[in-house]
Amino acid sequence: MKLVPSQEQRELRAAVRDFLAAASPTAKARQGYDPEVYARLNGELGLSGLIVPEEYGGAGAGFAELAVALEETGAVLLPGPFLATAFAAVALTRVPDKELLSGIADGRVAATLALDGADLTAADGRVSGTLPRVLSGMEADVLLVSADSALHAVDLAGEGVTRTPLDTLDLTRGQARIELDGAPARTLGDVPAGVSQDIADRLAVALAAEQLGVMRAALDAIVAYAKIRVAFGRYIGSYQGVKHKLADMHCKLEQAESIVRYASWAADEAPDEVPGAAALAQAYVGRACFEVARDHLLLYGGIGYTWEHDAHLYFKRAKTDEVLLGPPRIHRARLADLLEL
Amino acid sequence: MNLADYQRAAEEWLRRNVPAGERADGDPIAQAKDFMARLYDAGYSGITWPARWGGQGLTQQEERAFAAAARDFTLPIYPFSIGLGMTGPTLVDRGTDAQRERFVRPLLRGEEIWCQLFSEPGAGSDVASLQTRAERDGDDWVVNGQKVWTSVAQHADWGLLLARTNVDVPKHKGLTMFVVDMHHPGVTVRPLKDMSGRSNFNEIFFDDVHIPDEHRVGEVDDGWSVAVTTLLHERLSISAGVGMGGGKDNPASLEALRRTVDTSDPLVRDELVELHIRSRALALFNRRLAQETEAGLFPGARGSAAKLLLAELTLFQSDLATRLAGPESVVDGHPLGATLATAPGLALGGGTNEIMRNIVGDRVLNLPPEPRMDKTVPFKDLKVGTQA
Repeated sequence: MKLVPSQEQRELRAAVRDFLAAASPTAKARQGYDPEVYARLNGELGLSGLIVPEEYGGAGAGFAELAVALEETGAVLLPGPFLATAFAAVALTRVPDKELLSGIADGRVAATLALDGADLTAADGRVSGTLPRVLSGMEADVLLVSADSALHAVDLAGEGVTRTPLDTLDLTRGQARIELDGAPARTLGDVPAGVSQDIADRLAVALAAEQLGVMRAALDAIVAYAKIRVAFGRYIGSYQGVKHKLADMHCKLEQAESIVRYASWAADEAPDEVPGAAALAQAYVGRACFEVARDHLLLYGGIGYTWEHDAHLYFKRAKTDEVLLGPPRIHRARLADLLEL
Repeated sequence: MNLADYQRAAEEWLRRNVPAGERADGDPIAQAKDFMARLYDAGYSGITWPARWGGQGLTQQEERAFAAAARDFTLPIYPFSIGLGMTGPTLVDRGTDAQRERFVRPLLRGEEIWCQLFSEPGAGSDVASLQTRAERDGDDWVVNGQKVWTSVAQHADWGLLLARTNVDVPKHKGLTMFVVDMHHPGVTVRPLKDMSGRSNFNEIFFDDVHIPDEHRVGEVDDGWSVAVTTLLHERLSISAGVGMGGGKDNPASLEALRRTVDTSDPLVRDELVELHIRSRALALFNRRLAQETEAGLFPGARGSAAKLLLAELTLFQSDLATRLAGPESVVDGHPLGATLATAPGLALGGGTNEIMRNIVGDRVLNLPPEPRMDKTVPFKDLKVGTQA
């Protein structure tokens, strides 16, 4: 088990952090998706191809590297289809497709993955049905859907596709309702139940990495504020009422980071441990992220409740992430099953 | 020898040498001394301690390999836990060569038992406000006062004593560290019964106890910096579990609870899942801290976060277990009731949860300190202890 990032992973983190600090700081997050930033992220840093195997033009890196990148994009609340494309890439590493993987790797293709495709039907190379909430559905070029135990790719600019942007709580990253009415689809391969579950587990790990970045940035922000904001003649960070809350938030961050490192190590090196690690990651990190984002907003006082302040952006991303893969109880129920309780 | 071989050899040695139960004569101290002597002769006592003073001069890697080998054994070394975890390392770090020569090897060989004498009834979290006095008398010092929460003092040959030597300066600047002979006639040891009904701790009274100046550790009035060394080792030894039994016999563990409670009830299942989540999160955090240390990244005050989390988990776990077990858990000496009654100990000993939060806030997050006046006022003008 490897829980400490390597030198190369630390360098990757620094490169992504420096790039985002200049190109997409949190202050820009509420302006929404900037395709130019996204293109540079993939072009200059090759982030979209991080986990794409080298034979398809990617970097062939592992989950440990992906986690580092997602932490940093999470920390600045990066708008756009980066997480959605990472989700799609995760699925495509299990059901490989040369065209899509190489398109993702060189940044030409933004993709997303339908997380809930229960009502879809696929026949004769066409897919029909409604997907009520698709992450980055307006920004993505390609939608991956599971139907009839197979993975299919739908060109979102093609015929038979109606996309409607949703009014999302998260102001920094969109979702769309997508109606497919006999939309042409390319079948990529079969997805047996075990593979489907494995993909879902890996999405849980990837999301937890983003959540770790969100909570770290929220904690950093409020700690910095507690060192400069004065009340009753003292910095608010000197009051135990504030300090002890921040200490508890730090404890959550330490445990969350430990779980994310463990789960991404498992995704790379210990497949048997992935189900338990993934469920643990969402059960713990998802909750901890929202709690930290909530408490960071509260500790700001009134300014944190204003529209102009960034605190609510973190609060809303944290909540959106917490429920992205379904109601959080499903991760706890999965743990109970895995523990054979 | 590579690490895997080292660990295998240690495991083999432990299998042959760790006593299965109590000795026939029922003397746990004699048993512990006997075991320590054999541990020393086998080269497993003081693994990372300097060879010059009787240690093995090896690295943290061997220490961890030995700990891994010992995971499933309960070593009968409890009487030596304070010496090995706190006072011994302090002497290695801060003692004179004569003190190291005199004290370290007998500790590692299990010939002498040590206790630590810092806390007082009026000075717990704020231990630097302690009132036990040590006054010069020729080449000696004369000690009067009272200490409390002292583990293994009833068996101890030596104690590491922090006492006040100057009341005209601020509290941190008038303390000095000594090695005190626990067999001196002026030392009285009284068992202290804690809320669990056990007497693992003692109160110690000093009445004109003489200490030769050669048993002073560090400079006069510089005892606080020595104490900081000891407290650092204390926190490390708590988080590493030195001298403590493993968690495998804990009746409030998930493994124990799942055998006794009704897991078909979804509410019970979810409570057990919560226990699993918290236990696993902390175990992984501890593992990560250990790997960082191994990689040369000293975690420093972040260890206080781990200690705080362990204290909270311990309280949560025993509380949960009694709620799940119901009324039977609180009668007839039920193991869960007993576990509940010891749970607050970890949240109080080695720094209370509030102190741990202060440390994380001040030294990990670098938050502004609380304004305080006790650093500048001479001790004799300072309010200390409990005052109406």
